[in-house]
Amino acid sequence: MAEGKLCNRKTVDTKEYLNALLADKSGKQYYKEMEELDVDTDKLQATLKASLKSRLRTWLEICAHCGMCADSCFLYLANNRDPKQVPSYKIQSTLGEIVKRKGKVDNKFMRMVMDTAWSKCTCCNRCASFCPFGIDMGIMFGYLRGLCFSQGFVPWELKIGTGMHRIFQAQMDVTSEDWVDTCEWMAEEYEDDWPDLAIPVDKENADIMYTLNAREPKHYPDDIAETAVLFHLAGENWTVPSEGWDQTNLAMFAGDWGACKIQVESVYKAMNRLKPKRMVGTECGHAHRSTVIEGPYWAGIKDGKTPVESIHYVEWVAEALRTGKLKIDPSKKIKEPVTYQDSCNYIRNGGLKNISREIMSYIAEDFREMTPNREHNFCCGGGGGFNGIGRYRAQRNAGLQIKRQQILDTGAKLVISPCHNCWDAIRDMEEIFKDGIRWSFLKPLLINMVEVPEHLKPEGEL
Amino acid sequence: MYEFLTGPAAIAAFGIFFIGLIVRVIIYIRGLHWQMDRVTYTVNVSYGIKGAIRSVIAWILPFGSVGWRSKPGITLLFFIFHFGLLFTPLFLQAHNFLLKERWGFSLWTISDPTADLLTIITLVAAVFLVLRRIALAEVRILTTAYDYILLGITVAPFLTGLLAFHQVWDYHFWLMVHIISGEIMLICIPFTKLSHVVLFFCSRIQLGMDFGIKRGGMKGKGFAW
Ligand code: HEM
Ligand code: HEM
Ligand code: SF4
Ligand code: SF4
Ligand code: SF4
Repeated sequence: MAEGKLCNRKTVDTKEYLNALLADKSGKQYYKEMEELDVDTDKLQATLKASLKSRLRTWLEICAHCGMCADSCFLYLANNRDPKQVPSYKIQSTLGEIVKRKGKVDNKFMRMVMDTAWSKCTCCNRCASFCPFGIDMGIMFGYLRGLCFSQGFVPWELKIGTGMHRIFQAQMDVTSEDWVDTCEWMAEEYEDDWPDLAIPVDKENADIMYTLNAREPKHYPDDIAETAVLFHLAGENWTVPSEGWDQTNLAMFAGDWGACKIQVESVYKAMNRLKPKRMVGTECGHAHRSTVIEGPYWAGIKDGKTPVESIHYVEWVAEALRTGKLKIDPSKKIKEPVTYQDSCNYIRNGGLKNISREIMSYIAEDFREMTPNREHNFCCGGGGGFNGIGRYRAQRNAGLQIKRQQILDTGAKLVISPCHNCWDAIRDMEEIFKDGIRWSFLKPLLINMVEVPEHLKPEGEL
Repeated sequence: MYEFLTGPAAIAAFGIFFIGLIVRVIIYIRGLHWQMDRVTYTVNVSYGIKGAIRSVIAWILPFGSVGWRSKPGITLLFFIFHFGLLFTPLFLQAHNFLLKERWGFSLWTISDPTADLLTIITLVAAVFLVLRRIALAEVRILTTAYDYILLGITVAPFLTGLLAFHQVWDYHFWLMVHIISGEIMLICIPFTKLSHVVLFFCSRIQLGMDFGIKRGGMKGKGFAW
């Protein structure tokens, strides 16, 4: 059965393979090979038999074909109500067909399935809350992505992402040494302004173990320093693990369940090793979704919970502001109209809608809700890996329009977007549409707003 | 003929209907898998129950969910159609008369003119469901002959029952056709998308548990369907 050198059914477990993929600029060769990749129909059939259980089968069967889910999907709305973007149609014409044909599908069909699974659905799960039967396309497309991945039909960037997780236990090629160095560097860099600032690595029995997104050490190291400053100001006893520090999981977007397990287990191992009271994750939405919400299942933990209690960054912020560990200087509250991007991953699928509002009540004077909001909010337009796939850039850009309109309708020019993915999507949106919108994580805003206790101020600044 | 259709054939039809639906529910529950579905069905049970109840209640009440409220037209149509579908045959005098005669029990009944009206309303609702399927592009693309056939099978007993009741042309003929169409419908339910009669509840309970246990149900009040 024909397989390519780069595009194949194998997982990326060696640096050689990973480097070969990286060397293939924009995946030119990779996608070319994909056109020749045979579908292993026996394997597909066996996978269906083993994993397509009653929930998914029932959803495929009982769908009333009523179309109530149509305009719940931002991609349907953003593409002039193209009937081919109706969630039910998207899944029936892909997964539904594969099941109907008992896995006997060809290469061309699988490429269509791949394009649908990654460019017509961000797995935001919004449609699930508008279907009378509760048919959740986000879950079904997640499953379909797994099928595609096992057959080698996965976008190039995501294949690379899974390799990163498998090899580095991080979504980027950041080694444990790189990471620890970055922590030391940042602590030194910020020490002058924040006396006694430290980023304790591998401290046992701390109150908080912090985990984050590999892009922070790689591209935005200041984010780590900001985290440290805020923990420092709040007087937290915290640490970061030298290994098992990346909370994110591109393998979840890619449908590589094996890599998902490897990644979350690296974090759980750190929890078991350092025995913190709690884990606090960074602001990233999918990181929380993968490590805290879905991860225990990949790791086979029977109560569905992480080894130690794990919370999202917004939960920590709300708690710190509520209990007064962090105090906002009233004169520095955000005065201009400001809105908040509810991330699918920790709001719709994580229940943190009210926590987010609580934070806004402490820091903003003119908070404007988007419509719709909370668990019914639209996806930013870049979720599920959409932001990072070059092949679907045009489709991603088209999809941004819905969020853009939502933001413009609030009249606010500042969008608080804790989720990294949403943050990227809004940044790209501004680049394309130039509406004068600004976007921010919580950390930099908080640093400018909190009161600094006298004893933590740098000498001479009195 | 009448004796056969209301005797052994009716028993067979109801048997297939009830046993079929029970089997569907059993298969559904047995096919759930905590790790593959990523929901701890048997741990954190109280959150699961809470989520399940919220999910079912919101969607079984007219305008009970954000989804229903966002589309008043189809919501009204849907509830009228299903009300007629469930209420009319259950409480029809003729059906209960037969029940009493054959099985020795009967339910509370509605008057014949009421039944007539409900039947007509159900049929009109079905016509609107068809028109909706033809008119709206987002529904058209999902629709195949299968949907029309099942809608036809669903409303056939209503049409034929009405014709028999009003003795249009040949009472006996329509009565036979009515009974046959009713039995066909009962038999089709467990084997087609009409199995949603029970799987609606399975699916809503499952998703309710998913959100109740894993996706945020332990934080705050739960999902505002
Ligand atoms: C074993 C199957 C069935 C039997 C033996 C049966 C028998 C009857 C009988 C004897 C009548 C009365 C006709 C008259 O007035 O003389 C009737 C009417 C009716 N049946 Fe059935 N039926 C069956 C199944 C069904 C089913 C499955 C449905 C719908 C879901 C249904 C819906 C109706 C309706 C709506 C009417 C009355 C229409 C009206 O009053 O305008 N029947 N049926
Ligand atoms: C408690 C029982 C039932 C529940 C909760 C239920 C629920 C639903 C739901 C949620 C839909 C899809 C939504 C929509 O079309 O707007 C639907 C559609 C439908 N149901 Fe039911 N249903 C029930 C019983 C029945 C029964 C007994 C029948 C008749 C056999 C039936 C026949 C249909 C048909 C034909 C449709 C498709 C309508 C269309 O073509 O648009 N349902 N039902
Ligand atoms: S999960 Fe989101 S993107 Fe995917 S079909 Fe549903 S609404 Fe659309
Ligand atoms: S709303 Fe649900 S039942 Fe209706 S077409 Fe969409 S997925 Fe199917
Ligand atoms: S990037 Fe943010 S809004 Fe978009 S799918 Fe992910 S969590 Fe949702």
